[in-house]
Parts: sequence; C-alpha cells; structure tokens
Amino acid sequence: MRPFRWADGTVATSHSIVWQQATVVDSIALTPVIRRIVLRPEKPSVAAAGSHIDVRLRFGDRTDTRSYSVVDSATDGTTLAISVLATPTSRGGAAIMHALEPGDSIEITQPILDFPLRIGAPRYVLLAGGIGITAIAGMAAVLKSVGADYTLVYLGRSRRELAYLEELTAAHGSRLEVHVGDEGTSLVVTELVAAIDESAELYLCGPIRLMDAVRRAWIERELPIANLRFETFGNSGWFAPEKFTVRVPRLGIETVVGTSQSMLEALEEAGADMMFDCRKGECGLCEVRVLELDGDIDHRDVFYSERQKNARGKICCCVSRAMSPSGSGATVTIEIS
Amino acid sequence: MGESSINKLLGHPLDVWYVAAWDHEVNRTPLARTVADRPLALYRTEDGTAVALADACWHRLAPLSMGTLVGRDGIRCPYHGMLYNSAGRCISMPAQETINPSATVASFPVVERYRYVWVWLGDPAKADPSLVPDMHQMDDPAWAGDGLTIEVDCNYQLVLDNLMDLTHEEFVHSSSIGQDELSGSEFVVSHDERTVTVDRWMLGIDPPPFWLSIMRHKFPHFEGKVDRWQIIHFESPSTICIDVGVAMAGTGAPEGDRSQGVNGYVMNTISPVTDRSCVYFWAFMRNFRLESQVITTQLRDGVAGVFSEDERMLVAQQAAIDANPDYEFYGLNIDVGGMWVRRLIERQLAAEGRLPRATVPVG
Ligand code: FES
Ligand code: FES
Ligand SMILES: [Fe+2]
Repeated sequence: MRPFRWADGTVATSHSIVWQQATVVDSIALTPVIRRIVLRPEKPSVAAAGSHIDVRLRFGDRTDTRSYSVVDSATDGTTLAISVLATPTSRGGAAIMHALEPGDSIEITQPILDFPLRIGAPRYVLLAGGIGITAIAGMAAVLKSVGADYTLVYLGRSRRELAYLEELTAAHGSRLEVHVGDEGTSLVVTELVAAIDESAELYLCGPIRLMDAVRRAWIERELPIANLRFETFGNSGWFAPEKFTVRVPRLGIETVVGTSQSMLEALEEAGADMMFDCRKGECGLCEVRVLELDGDIDHRDVFYSERQKNARGKICCCVSRAMSPSGSGATVTIEIS
Repeated sequence: MGESSINKLLGHPLDVWYVAAWDHEVNRTPLARTVADRPLALYRTEDGTAVALADACWHRLAPLSMGTLVGRDGIRCPYHGMLYNSAGRCISMPAQETINPSATVASFPVVERYRYVWVWLGDPAKADPSLVPDMHQMDDPAWAGDGLTIEVDCNYQLVLDNLMDLTHEEFVHSSSIGQDELSGSEFVVSHDERTVTVDRWMLGIDPPPFWLSIMRHKFPHFEGKVDRWQIIHFESPSTICIDVGVAMAGTGAPEGDRSQGVNGYVMNTISPVTDRSCVYFWAFMRNFRLESQVITTQLRDGVAGVFSEDERMLVAQQAAIDANPDYEFYGLNIDVGGMWVRRLIERQLAAEGRLPRATVPVG
C-alpha cells in the first residue's frame, strides 16, 4: 500500500473522469444573459488552462451532461469558476444552471483537459467568441505570466456577450483586441488569418460559424493544421435548433427530435441501439447514413470535411440536426449501423 | 515501536527537472524511458531538438516509442498510423479527412544541459530552465571524465540518503574508498531552500587504495599521509555533486590550496521511475590529466565498481522495507544531511498539494 496517492493534483495529463459532488459557493450575473458560478468540489484538483468540467443535470426522469470550461480556479484547486450563457435556443441546461444558489449541490467531474495550451510557441493568437472566453481567459493569464507574445481577440454580437471585458482589459491592456457586432466593429476573419505567420498558434473557442470561417481561412492559407487549436462542445450550429422528424425505416422508427435534445438522444429514446463515443461531434462513431432528406442538414460536428458535409450523405447524429429553410419542419430518413 | 517522522517511501515532486537520458541516448530512433511514473517516448527532430512525448498514443495508448520518425519532427504511431508532431499534436489520421481536435499526446518541456536531456513533468508554465541543477563540471573544458547509468530497484530517496551520508563507505566500500576515519571525523551541514551541503575533512590520514592510485596519476611516486575532503552539494530535487579529493597532508588544502592534491567531482542525479525504482545517472569528473582517456576509462570503471556495491545494498534495503511494512525508520546523527534533503523535498511536495501541509515543518 502506498502511504499517499502520487498523482493527486497533477491534472495536466489525466483523462480519467472522477464524478463528485460540488457545492455552489457563489452565483452572480455578469451580464443579463451570463452568470458566473463558483463551485467547491469535494475533491480539490488544480484546473490547468483550457480544462472543462462536465456537469450532470436532471431533466425530469432523465439525466444529461453539459460541459463548461473552467474560467479560473484557486491555486490549490479548492474552488473553480464556470460561466453559463442562457440563450433563447439553449437546450435547457442553462436554465437549471442559472437557477443554482449558494449552498446548492451539483454533480461534476474533476477538471478534464482536452484543450491544452502549449507553452513555447513564438507567437499566439487567442480568439474567443462570446462565452468561448471561458476556455480562453485562463490561457491568456498563463501566456501573460510566462511573458509570451500573444494577442487576445474577444468578440461578440453585443457587449452583453462580453462578460469578462472589464477584467481582461485590466489584465491584458493593448494585447486585447475587441470586436462588437452591433457597434460595427465585427471581426473580419480573413484579415485576422492573413496576418498570422507559420509559427503562430491560434487557440479558438466560439460559435461554429466562427470556427468554420477560421478553419476555412486557415486551410486556404495553407498554415500548419496542427497550429489551429479549438474546442467545441458541439452545442452550437449554423441555425437555431428546430424540431424535426427522423425515420429509420428498417427499424420502423419515426420520432420527433425536440429542440432541447439531440438526434442521438431521440433515437436512443425511440429504442434504437446507437453507437457513440464523444457525443460532441469529434469522433464520427455516431455516424448515420441519409437515405432521404426533406429539408437540409445543420452540420455541427468537426469530424467531416467541408466536402463531406456538402454531400449531405452522412450525419454525426450526436450534434448535427435537420432543419427546414421554409420553417415547416424537416424530415430525415436514415439508416444506422 | 516508538514514533518516527521519517517517510519510508517518499513521493517525487513534479514541478522540477529530472534527467530522462544522456544526450547521446536520444537520437533519430525513439527511446522509451519512464520518469516519475510517466512513460516517455524520447527522440530528436531533424534539426536536433530533443522531444519528450507521453509514450501512449491518444487512440488506444500504443507506445509511440515503437513507432517511426516521419518528416522534420513527426512520429507515427506503430498501430494505426496516427502521426504526431513534436508538440504532441496529431497531424494525420489515416482513416479520415479531418483531424479530431482532441487528438493530442502530452509533449513535456525539455532542456538539454550538462550532457543530459532534462524533462519537466509538472506545470509547463513553471518550467524555468534556470532551475536545472548545476552540474557544469559535466561539460566544462576544465574538467574531464565520464559516467554511466544504473537502474536501481529502490525508491529514489534511498539513493539520496546514501549519497548524503558517506560514513557507509567504511562498511560498504571497505576495499576501495572506505576508511574508519570517515565515521570518526566531524562534519558541518548547512542548507537553504534549494540546497544542502555536508562538509567533511579528514586530516593527516592514510589514503585509501582508490585515492592512492589517483594521487599517483598526478604525483607518480607519491607516498605518505593526505588531507582528504568530501563536500556534498545537494540541489533540489535529486542532484548531488560531491567535491572529493586528497592532497598531501599539511599543504594547505583545507585553506584553499589544492595544488598538491587531486580533485574530482562525483556527479549524481537520480530520476524516480516508480515509487520503488529509479534511474541513477552518474559521472566522475576530474580537473587534472584532462588529456588522458585511459584515466577517464579507469576512473569510470572504478567508480562503477564502487556504485555496484551501493546498488546491492539499496536493492536489499528496499526489499527489507517492503518485507517489514510495520517497521519504521529511525534517525542517527549522521543522517542530518539526508534529513534536510527529505525536509526540502517534503516542502516541495506540500507546495504542489501532494503531501498534507500539516505534516511538514514550515521553513
Ligand atoms: S459520438 Fe462522437 S461524433 Fe458523435
Ligand atoms: S493506437 Fe495509435 S493509432 Fe491506434
Ligand atoms: Fe556508496
């Protein structure tokens, strides 16, 4: 028997999931739509920049998990803060999170690091769209502390989406570049990418439109693909989620996918035996084949190339949705493995 | 049994530099080596930069060290062909058109210094190269020598204990460097936050066989008494450089004139592998007869013989510790240097949140 555990506190390379209870210490509104929630986990563990926690939420008789980046944490890991954006189109998790009060208890994982910051690049661009700042703010703090050459680009449609503007301005001064849509200072992605050199690393967290635009510009400029780093929890699309119908003729399944659930969840509920792994649009294991499509696909994954997405033949059903341009409700007929 | 505060199985700090390999061991064929419980794949990029990646592919954890080097800085997983760059990022997934953004393996900070490749397994934002322990004699033109590596089946702390108290020479190394004046002589211990020094002089003694032969490399027909010194310099977390030598008795060595003697540095740095094994990198450096390769080889082999005696003892000690889980360690006055080493390491472990603070006296 070891007198104590060796790996405690060294989250940097651990991927194992440790579910535990956490107590809400504080919850404050940063803007009308964003709340900062401070948690005290049962098992303290230091959160490296770029880590997230998964939170297990109850929706009636079923539970579901949501991922939230750790914005900052105490150096000894005893508390950590996340921020939650509530939008009219969010899947219901935000409402539960916003209702939390000090003293409440929720089930969370320890910080998980799937989006590590590498120290040592000659230059960095950190790009945060809206609530995406939660993954990026900690990286900016680390880069500042090691004296790295970095620019922090923070954008939103309006200032309501820029919850951390004040403290980031104070911390990063002229290294911070702000773009606000309704003030006419939107970011031009091609210009940003055009100014980036071979050796720079870009870390990106934001809505899928921003990610797709950056990725396209990056590939067009033939920059090293490994220098474009991003994290997606598969929760944003090109279009607002709509209800749609999914049919699996071979299994006699026809079911409606509600706005607050994924196609994968709806198929599971309808009794289909589904394969999956990441459930965030990265691995491709949840792939379904499209037999017939009345409407269009809102591809929300990062697994397919643009060519594959345009072909509309396959869907990562854990994140992607069908939508109807006319608003009359789409129907997708699929085959599963 | 009485109470003891001495930890029998000390943990290893992570926010520190450990030697992973000699510089010549890391090249264009991947090398597998575990440091501080973390298996590593070590290799060099085409431009000669040393790289340390976690030796487990993101996909199914196949060891990358069994893979092949590709292009300027890449390594290909031997199992399903995922290709990583030196930053540990996947740059090719053979079976798909895109790359999963989560597909990375850890790439640990590396510094090459003093003929060694050092790795940092803790928080990379703290990986300050100026924290590499001073072992400058290893590649300073004023010094010559060479060393070897020993894989020892014991907790790394037992090796540090061994090197911080050299009275064991009398018993473990009786045929080479041991002599009874060792236990009899006074020593002075000092420390700060990162270092511990044990200073011991034995004046007007007969040189033991090892030292007599070294004296004769410089003074061919030397006979007589010597003043002998052992000044042990520990630098956190696991490097010990020992200033050793003998000079003709009464020629002023204790006052600083070592011209009538021979001076060596026993360079030691120990990297934990698991809690019960470590890799011990050592070299014997000298500042006389720099031109003689024969002396380099003889000294290296001579010291290797001495250290094999330590290894035998350390492995047996670890086995006895494991066989007697209910028995404790107790202290002797000769342990004071080693005890300060333990105190500094325990403080660092507490600072890293890996040892309860309350158990370590504050500095
Ligand atoms: S489960 Fe991984 S992409 Fe859907
Ligand atoms: S285990 Fe490395 S590619 Fe599959
Ligand atoms: Fe010894």
